[in-house]
Amino acid sequence: MSADCEAAVTPAALEVAATRNACKLCTPLGACVAFAGVEGSRTVLHGSQGCATYIRRYMISHFKEPIDIASSSFAEETTIFGGRDNLLKSLANVTRQYHPAMIGIATTCLAETIGEDPAMHLRGLPDDGLVSAPIVHVSTPSYCGSHADGYVAAVRAMVAQLAERGSPAEHVNLFAPMCSPADLRYLKEIVREFQLPHTLLPDYSETLDGTTWREYHLIPPGGTKVDDIRRTGSARASIEFTHVASASETGAAWLEEACSVPRHRLSPPIGVRKTDELFHTLESITGRCTPAPHAAERGRLLDSLVDGHKYVSGRRAAVVGDEDLVIGLAVFLAELGITPVVCGSGGSSGRLRTAVKSEIPDKAAEIAVCQASDYLEIEEEVRSRRPDLIVGSSKAYGLARKLNVPLIRVGFPIHDRIDGNRTLHFGYRGAQQLFDRIANALIESKQDSSTVGYAYM
Amino acid sequence: MINILQERERQVNCGTEPFRMDCDKHSAAGSVSQRACVFCGSRVVLYPVADALHLVHGPIGCAAYTWDIRGSLSSGPELHRMSFSTDLREMDVIFGGEKRLYGALTDLIGIYRPKAAFVYSTCIVGVIGDDVAAVCKRVGAEQQIPVLAVHSEGFKGTKKDGYQAACSALGELVGTGPTRDIGPRSLNVLGDFNIAGETWAIRRYYERMGLQVVATVTGDGRVDDIRRAHGAALNVVQCSGAMTHLARAMKDKYGIPFLRVSYFGIEDMSKALYDVADHFRDAAMMERARIMVREEVTRILPEIRRLRSGLEGKRAAVYTGGAFKAFSLVRSLRTLGMKTVLAGTQTGNADDYQALRELCDDDTVLVDDTNPLELAKFIQERGVELLIGGVKERPVAYKLGVGFCDHNHERKTCLAGFEGMLNFAREVHATVTSPVWKLIRSSRRETTAAPLDQCGHDCGRCTLPMCCGAPVPPANAVI
Repeated sequence: MSADCEAAVTPAALEVAATRNACKLCTPLGACVAFAGVEGSRTVLHGSQGCATYIRRYMISHFKEPIDIASSSFAEETTIFGGRDNLLKSLANVTRQYHPAMIGIATTCLAETIGEDPAMHLRGLPDDGLVSAPIVHVSTPSYCGSHADGYVAAVRAMVAQLAERGSPAEHVNLFAPMCSPADLRYLKEIVREFQLPHTLLPDYSETLDGTTWREYHLIPPGGTKVDDIRRTGSARASIEFTHVASASETGAAWLEEACSVPRHRLSPPIGVRKTDELFHTLESITGRCTPAPHAAERGRLLDSLVDGHKYVSGRRAAVVGDEDLVIGLAVFLAELGITPVVCGSGGSSGRLRTAVKSEIPDKAAEIAVCQASDYLEIEEEVRSRRPDLIVGSSKAYGLARKLNVPLIRVGFPIHDRIDGNRTLHFGYRGAQQLFDRIANALIESKQDSSTVGYAYM
Repeated sequence: MINILQERERQVNCGTEPFRMDCDKHSAAGSVSQRACVFCGSRVVLYPVADALHLVHGPIGCAAYTWDIRGSLSSGPELHRMSFSTDLREMDVIFGGEKRLYGALTDLIGIYRPKAAFVYSTCIVGVIGDDVAAVCKRVGAEQQIPVLAVHSEGFKGTKKDGYQAACSALGELVGTGPTRDIGPRSLNVLGDFNIAGETWAIRRYYERMGLQVVATVTGDGRVDDIRRAHGAALNVVQCSGAMTHLARAMKDKYGIPFLRVSYFGIEDMSKALYDVADHFRDAAMMERARIMVREEVTRILPEIRRLRSGLEGKRAAVYTGGAFKAFSLVRSLRTLGMKTVLAGTQTGNADDYQALRELCDDDTVLVDDTNPLELAKFIQERGVELLIGGVKERPVAYKLGVGFCDHNHERKTCLAGFEGMLNFAREVHATVTSPVWKLIRSSRRETTAAPLDQCGHDCGRCTLPMCCGAPVPPANAVI
């Protein structure tokens, strides 16, 4: 692929005109994750059957929850004559089976290439009252951007198509980047502790990490209520967490522009300082101090960083995954004294390098940033820079295995462990868990490679 | 209440109505089909050819979702475990992707020196009009290896059409290699994908019978073996939906007969070996098969009997891709003393369903191209205690507190052959008899999202570890 790696990559690798082991997924997947975070919502992918099935399988393997995504199921004649009838029929069938409170439509590359316009098709919805749920459609051609862009686009589409302007109320809007259900639950907990009414969009903390069921639920319980999405237009403020999403293309940007909802743009709350920024923002919005349990959590985190600092100090890591996560984790690792010698992502915002280098100025020269890169390009960098560990998704396992270094599994997808949906990255608690895992992995690799076999480190 | 869509009513048969299955058709729009697409069909068949380059021509998704997800093992090269894509961007869609395809193929063949290359067309390639065959031909001539276009545009039919496209590509390889050292007692293994080494087990059985295995297509597959597969005396076809096209083509072109078999379960596995021995009309070979079957069955039976005692009378549901696997599973479950109360397939045809109807109990529910809601409905109505399917079916079982056995391509456990039957019995036993089901039934509460925000007190800080300390009202549905 069009490599954007720096430094040690060999010329041969730079010239490969193909993507090898992609470090990204397709745009509609991100939209599916976002729509899954709305209460009572169902998603229709407008295109071939395979897109829905592949994305379902990929998400099920990570979240281990039912992921029902319908398809307008194009056949050859649909591709020739257009997808209007299939789209309308799929909306009707989804309604008959699921009685959804919202239907999200995301386009696939096939629909986009033949020029499908869902908004126009929707005008042809029969007047029989069957499909009465609000419908949100988003354009997600997989030849533009990646899953992270599809996620942002779907969130923006939801507020742009549902939000209503109103006189400012008490609540704030929260927009997190694609993260784990555990992250979202924790984020809500923090904001609730500040007694701050809020709407988190999307909120898949329950829908993609639910309980056991007594009876089969047509749609998993939980998620942002459609009425709450409507009320995002009358919030007192929006807080969005992103380094890389275009400042003008997010949901919070739309609300600022169209509904005059002030926007706080923060980094995702990963690591100590970035979480401090979140708490400071919440303190200034609410006029309350950080609740004692969170202050205590921070205190324990710092205490453990002191206890464990010698195990991690001066070590080197490679960080691979979605851009926002990579930046957040790189900054956190730098806080611990671990140099993130390689930061790689398949994301193509073009902002990864600038963000990493400006966030970690004192180590900037030692960090190779691979943006819009695939795993083979990242591997070249990783091989030449010999990190002590890799922080990334399951897709980095092959690399970690080849180099015989530990892999700390984060982000999406986690397909070879059972806790992908419960992996915490955000806040003091997430930093605590990540630090414990990183320090223990380094201790363990030293212990395992020791000829003595110390049981006391 | 779960409804069956009107247009799907003839794809569900509960045994109470006269038998008729309206199968072999495109999935209903808006039904959450468990099927994938034409591309998936091709990719699934060709994936295990380990020394070939597999290049997916299209935007990134199709390649990303099929990167190293299957348990197909190789005894040598592992090029099949890499994911290659032309990763088409907007400009390619506008101006055409041929140039990018040419560059990608040339670069990748230069780096990895594969024995052949398969180029999979995805949906939009069929729309933007790239002449994939012409690019393949040109690169093939330049690089001196077979470069095969797989016409697998996702929308051009169903997964079955993808099988056919894959078989057409394989058919271009067959007949291009030397056959001098192939004897008259020889066969090709078609339609086993070497999940967790299954092809190796099957190969060993045939070799113990005195047979020469020429090519395994495509489990642990090698391009050179496939090229000389036309030298074999017999094609033995498992996964009939996927590979019968190739067997038919080889029969027409080279006069090679084929047998349809299944390697799952004691009955079907033994029958496969006997049918092959029978085909060669070789008494000594038949005797070797008998001895081998006796030895193998004697080895596994004691443990299977022990496991069966915990499974007797339990009710199972089976949902597979192809029909032959469903037949085998119904029989295997009988071996374990279990009843199949629901059976279905993604791609079965009318004959398959007729056979399934005859094989199953009168009241077994049959479903074609079903969806998660229908599965959930029948699992609940029929008191299913075990679901056999793939990853996409798993959450339906687990949410309902029902055991699950993965019998699809992602699995890492060998389930074919005699050893595989024992593994199957162990897995079924482990899931059905797990104490977790009792645990969740006895203490089941539906703690849905609702109570998270309201503990019922005016404390404003309810969730759980941080709550105000006052007693929380009971969760909303205690059973």
